Amino acid sequence: MTTESGADSEAKQPQEKKETGKGKAKAAAEPTSPKNQQEQLPAAVGHSTPVRKEQQEEDQESHRSSTSRLTKSPLRGVKKVKIMQCKVTLLDGSDFTVSVEKRATGQVFFDKVSDHLNLLEKDYFGITYRDVENQKNWLDPTKELKKQIRTGPWNFAFNVKFYPPDPSQLTEDITRYYLCLQLRDDIVSGRLPCSFATHTLLGSYTVQSELGDYDPEEMGSDYVSELRLAPNQTKELEEKVMELHKTYKGMTPAEAEMHFLENAKKLSMYGVDLHHAKDSESVEIMLGVCASGLLIYRDRLRINRFAWPKILKISYKRNNFYIKIRPGEFEQFESTIGFKLPNHRAAKRLWKVCVEHHTFFRLVSPEAPPKKFLSLGSKFRYSGRTQAQTRRASAQIARPAPFFKRSSSKRYNMSLSLDGAPIMENHETPAKDGSIDGAAKVIAKEDIITTVTTERMAEEEKAEQEDVQKETPEPAPSTPLRHDTKRSPRLYTHDPLRSELSLPSSPISSNKVRRRRRESARKRASSVSPVKSGTGCRRRQARADHKAALLKEQALLLSARRQRLEQGKRHGGTLFSFSLHLPDLSSILDEDGYITFPDLSEMRLLPECAQNFLPIKSPSLIPCFLFIFFFLLSTSFSVPYALTLSFPLALCLCYLEPKAASLTASIAQSYHDHDSSEEEETDSEHTDFAFDGEMTATESEADDDSEMRTQYSFIRRVKGENVFIRHSNLMLEDTEPPPEVVKHQTNVSELKRSFLETTSGGGMLGEWEKRLSSSPLRSPRGDEAPMIEPLEPQDTKDEQPAGDETKEEVGLKGTVSTLGWVSSSQKVSADQEEKAPVATETETAPAKQMSPDGAEVAAKDMPVVHTETKTITYEAAEVDTNGDTDPGVLLSAQTITSETTSTTTTTHITKTVKGGISETRIEKRIVITGDTDIDHDEALAQAIKEAKEQHPDMSVTKVVVHKETEITPEEGED
Amino acid sequence: MANMCPYGRFTHAVVRGVPDTFGGAAGDGRENEGAAVDLAKARRQFGCLAGALRQKVGLQLIEIPPDPELPESWRIEDVAIVQGDTALITRPFRQQRRSEAEAVRRVMSELGLTVVEMEGERGDSGGATLEGSDVLFTGREFFVGVSSHTNRRGAEVLADTFRDFAVSTVPVCGGARLKNVCSMGGPDTIVVSSSDGAKKTLRMMEQLTDHHYEVLSVPEEAAANCVYVRGPSKRDFLLHRPAEECPESVSAFQKLQDYTLLPTACGEASKLGASLSSLCLLINRKHSHF
Repeated sequence: MTTESGADSEAKQPQEKKETGKGKAKAAAEPTSPKNQQEQLPAAVGHSTPVRKEQQEEDQESHRSSTSRLTKSPLRGVKKVKIMQCKVTLLDGSDFTVSVEKRATGQVFFDKVSDHLNLLEKDYFGITYRDVENQKNWLDPTKELKKQIRTGPWNFAFNVKFYPPDPSQLTEDITRYYLCLQLRDDIVSGRLPCSFATHTLLGSYTVQSELGDYDPEEMGSDYVSELRLAPNQTKELEEKVMELHKTYKGMTPAEAEMHFLENAKKLSMYGVDLHHAKDSESVEIMLGVCASGLLIYRDRLRINRFAWPKILKISYKRNNFYIKIRPGEFEQFESTIGFKLPNHRAAKRLWKVCVEHHTFFRLVSPEAPPKKFLSLGSKFRYSGRTQAQTRRASAQIARPAPFFKRSSSKRYNMSLSLDGAPIMENHETPAKDGSIDGAAKVIAKEDIITTVTTERMAEEEKAEQEDVQKETPEPAPSTPLRHDTKRSPRLYTHDPLRSELSLPSSPISSNKVRRRRRESARKRASSVSPVKSGTGCRRRQARADHKAALLKEQALLLSARRQRLEQGKRHGGTLFSFSLHLPDLSSILDEDGYITFPDLSEMRLLPECAQNFLPIKSPSLIPCFLFIFFFLLSTSFSVPYALTLSFPLALCLCYLEPKAASLTASIAQSYHDHDSSEEEETDSEHTDFAFDGEMTATESEADDDSEMRTQYSFIRRVKGENVFIRHSNLMLEDTEPPPEVVKHQTNVSELKRSFLETTSGGGMLGEWEKRLSSSPLRSPRGDEAPMIEPLEPQDTKDEQPAGDETKEEVGLKGTVSTLGWVSSSQKVSADQEEKAPVATETETAPAKQMSPDGAEVAAKDMPVVHTETKTITYEAAEVDTNGDTDPGVLLSAQTITSETTSTTTTTHITKTVKGGISETRIEKRIVITGDTDIDHDEALAQAIKEAKEQHPDMSVTKVVVHKETEITPEEGED
Repeated sequence: MANMCPYGRFTHAVVRGVPDTFGGAAGDGRENEGAAVDLAKARRQFGCLAGALRQKVGLQLIEIPPDPELPESWRIEDVAIVQGDTALITRPFRQQRRSEAEAVRRVMSELGLTVVEMEGERGDSGGATLEGSDVLFTGREFFVGVSSHTNRRGAEVLADTFRDFAVSTVPVCGGARLKNVCSMGGPDTIVVSSSDGAKKTLRMMEQLTDHHYEVLSVPEEAAANCVYVRGPSKRDFLLHRPAEECPESVSAFQKLQDYTLLPTACGEASKLGASLSSLCLLINRKHSHF
């Protein structure tokens, strides 16, 4: 959860905002009056109402940040787990409020709700939430809540996710009861269409289970009309229901429910989750996901159907959804069918639902996220139990049938303005859907109010507190869309500044810079910083941020240069590794771990017309420009010169950027292809290989101009205005247990090696060969190298706002580090040892061992023969504060490689979870080869800059410059 | 109609006599050009069919008297689609046939069925056409052959009427009608001709369905249209074309276990593009809500 400070501030300053933001604040917090609630609910769900936007524009985050500061800083001081109040609408329409830690996973939350419901066979159920577009999404149990609920209030609903095709196989009556409740809602809302006769029949069973035997004295003649049984409930229907009801004497509620389900399950739309789409000819169709496969509807007519066994692969790209079909008996080739969904989110939602249904109904056990084959993109897999497993498990249920109260379906009692029009689809008619849901909520809320209003003050406080914790549903002013995807973590944020400050004594560390850093930190921390903001203008702040970042890079660059000059070796390859530290990488990753970062063009630094020009839209333009400007300035000391040159240069860079990326990526792939590493296989090779031998589900968002081959692409979301960068094709996806990390590292190094071996004409190749052939032994730990001291930790702390980050770091540790090379080298040496006696001259100056992850253990033994190796480590002073050595559970690791003629960039992203804390590290290893006189410092600075750009919320924690210089005879060895 | 019992449980059959104008027709010889039809023979065959349904199968037979103004009214199957206790009065392709519905509608009401008008559903019904001979109900779902006489809009109306069931559209090849190439031969059995067009249709049906059907393939196209009824006596009856009309297919029917086969001639009607099922509407008026 992040940054929308809007509702935040509103909630916090009810007195200020009462006139304008009253309803909203309440909607975000707790309902205070039912009427108000009713009106405000859509707003709360819809999240950005016009009113808010206006507000947003006029009074800025100066106000916002100050408010958040006011409320947050005291909280921050205390090391406290943030508890969120999650409101879940249960199947009977009542609301249940659960307190969960903000960083709790969906599973924790779900378990709490299931426990409350006394439900054991819970695998058929799930929790939904509504996203910005008011679409229902399933909460991913493996992910933290706050990463999924990015906007809006934390309102959820408990729903049936997988409709059992044969409900009689459920073990417990209570499970069937909940399934009945869901189906009743499906029927009343029109999602499950049925005929009049079926409405009557099902209605009569509902009446029997809810009211018991027909009793003419007690019930009178219109008792049925109190219940809502059909979207269009007529008198005739009620009469028929009564007629049938009279015949059920003695039927128990459980029996009635069983009859209900036996009939309901035969309905053709039972358990079909519909999604709007268009076919290849732009004809409006509906895609229905169900237990048996994918159904295609046009209007009400089924026009096609793809059973799971027929589907080889499902994938999506942008807003397209694809299924690859096994060839029929008369066909030779498999065919791929594409559908267009309204937007990217919808495509992804459909894809996920398909993956889950396929796994649940078709597989015996959920497939561990792919290891053996590569499926691109998302690591998303269904992680729960499959139907087979849950049946087995529920066969073990030994408890006596739990007593449960069947709550009367009061929510249908009201004369609600339900429009009877059948709602065919589940997801895409928020209005209709919402009217029903909303109505239900209103009632439910009334209940709450009676209990809650007793302590108004407390409530307000709570709301406040909640908002502090809660992601506030309002985006930041001048970059309205930015925070939707790129979220700067707030409370748990580790200030990126820390690492920035720990750069080697920078020549520019003036107060001014510090202020800028602070500003930028605040910006990144998204107006949470307790430091008083001097500027109210976000643009300026952003610019300042960039400048600050650049200055820091400059500082790095300069110190590196100094370093280089000292060493006086300009020949050979230089290896840069640096680490970015990001408190919460997830905040800029979208929920599947894709890196999303803000589009700088959103900042409106440029005139409207100019923004259409491609390079200008590039997110890296501004940083490029500033960087070049400062660079030129520093070298030429001529402002006009720097100014005139830097802009065109920056433009050129940005223009070339995507092209170069895709070009290099395909080059990279060529060596990837014959790389033996099992994890490094490409999409095209693996699409047909499926975990159940039937189907693979892959996801890729790559620009499909060149179909499978594009690796690095910009995807501009229509709505979000964010640019998504995906390294789709080479993105390795594997989720391994910790021991595997090392193995992965090995692969990385192998990859590296294979690169070295296959690069033709590169200086490194020769070097490598030489290393293998010649062998003067050298001591593995030469200490000739000047130690570069990392900045003192104290220094960092001095800069930091008090008590701010230390605590947060405990909470959140996304470490984006770019290293890997060094650590992997150990493996390499192991591999190489037989081949050649190894000579190493390693100069390591790791100030601190970054983390015990293994991923970042700076290697000491770099096998080098006849080369001189210098390793300079700049490290941020933020080591694991809790010093925990628990390696955590590795969630995922991926490696992305791209290559240009002289550089190879390997990005290794690992996601781990340690005690509920997710940590993302990105290690980026850039190998620059060549015997020409490269400006290594520039390259380093550039690399850092790029990394920062790509991960604006992360901070560089470690920079290791590893330089291997071929030792020429003249130079000798020192 | 939640009474989704297996296909074939019928209690009533509605037929309509062959008028004197049989074969002379509203279609102005579109379907029977050149084919001289024998009215007497047609009546004889019709009588045999009605007799079989009543006496052999044991259905209650309701016979609507012929109307000479409506030369095609004997093709009663086209006019209404009955499932459970709902009868959808269709909108046949040909304008002239639309008045055939009147008498049928009356009978349906008398039988206590809920009559749904296709025309009434959506005002002018937007050009939707639907004929019963393009509709195959399997007991679990509907297949609608989109043919020269039935369009997608018509199928939509059907789907709207029978909401409990999946309604799938399938292409019908060669200008035929869906039921010309296939019919139900048992609760889970589809009789289908082995012509290429029929195979194509069948493949589509197999793709569209969630269920598994047995397929009984017959070499002659005319043989693919049968009438299956699970009679009140719980016996399986199959009315099929006799050996004289479809010599090669008889052996296929004999493969059906424990069936009472009732060879029923339909030669004259088939000259006009009709077949056995065209001549009767089968209805189940027994409430069974399991």
